[in-house]
Amino acid sequence: MGCGRVGARLASLLEQDGHSVTIIDIDSYSFRRLAPDFQGTPLVGNGIDEDVLRSAGIEEAGAFVALTQGDNRNIMASQIAKHIFDVPRAVCRIYDPLRRDMYEELGLEAVSPTTVFAQILREKLESQGE
Amino acid sequence: MYVIVVGGGRVGYYLTRALLDEGHEVLLLEISGPIAQTLSEDLGSICVRGDGCESTTLASVGTNRADMLIAVTGDDEDNLVSCQVAKHMFGVRRTVGRIRNPKNETIFKKLGIDVIINTTNLILESIEEEVPTHTLIRLHDIRDRGLEIVEVKIPPGAPTIGKSVKELSLPEGSVLSLVIRKARRPIVPSGATILQAEDQVIAVTAHESEEALRTALSGQ
Repeated sequence: MGCGRVGARLASLLEQDGHSVTIIDIDSYSFRRLAPDFQGTPLVGNGIDEDVLRSAGIEEAGAFVALTQGDNRNIMASQIAKHIFDVPRAVCRIYDPLRRDMYEELGLEAVSPTTVFAQILREKLESQGE
Repeated sequence: MYVIVVGGGRVGYYLTRALLDEGHEVLLLEISGPIAQTLSEDLGSICVRGDGCESTTLASVGTNRADMLIAVTGDDEDNLVSCQVAKHMFGVRRTVGRIRNPKNETIFKKLGIDVIINTTNLILESIEEEVPTHTLIRLHDIRDRGLEIVEVKIPPGAPTIGKSVKELSLPEGSVLSLVIRKARRPIVPSGATILQAEDQVIAVTAHESEEALRTALSGQ
């Protein structure tokens, strides 16, 4: 869910690994980011709408990933995937580190790019000149 | 009672005023600077600019001692997260969340939001009451019992007019409580009560029997 730079890239990577991928975005223009050889299914719709998720085949999905710009949208979509559709793995991006920690406790697999990226930058800067 | 209201739109603003009038301690959180500024000019220091989904903001307004948090922003996902953060990080006992998309009721319920205000359905129901052809109106929902109190109008020409209550095939578990007849005192119906055109019947029924009850009473 969410065909931004990360979403489009992840979709291609997963496909190369042999997975079957459907990617949802609210704006069809976002699908321009998909690699030209992407064989998966792009689907226009709102990922926090159960009917859209159903038509994306969420009932058969092995994993769901929420990667829109909105933390709360990602959180809500992942919880729908986990608690309504029993998707085995629900992963979501949450920029706010505190919110990430809370939802990780509540059973979502949450990643905070803020924490991860700050850590990478810190390591990069502190390793300079060594 | 200390109540935190999240979202300073029209609902949030008028709700805050109403709660203040009732003598509660209220704090209104609004994320947009200009809107928060305007609200502060009217409400004073009880309007604070901040994100009601962010735990640091919620901590700074003393959410741990709040009796209730009411999230009434225009976005269902923001209301959901605000209620969840209040509940799980601050132990707020009662959370109220507004939803605009009726489909979201299921997930809100599943995730433990205590009270769900479905504004779209509320508007639809009010309009339906004004549509004369609509014979069944939901008056009250007894959520935890799966029951509801409804009003059924007996339309002119209905095949049930002139029949007694015991002749009707009412669905199991539905009870007729009151019959309101034009220019007469309301009556508690018995098996012998004869239905008349324009009768307003107040009944208790299970959600799933609503349609069957309507058919049994109006014959259509």
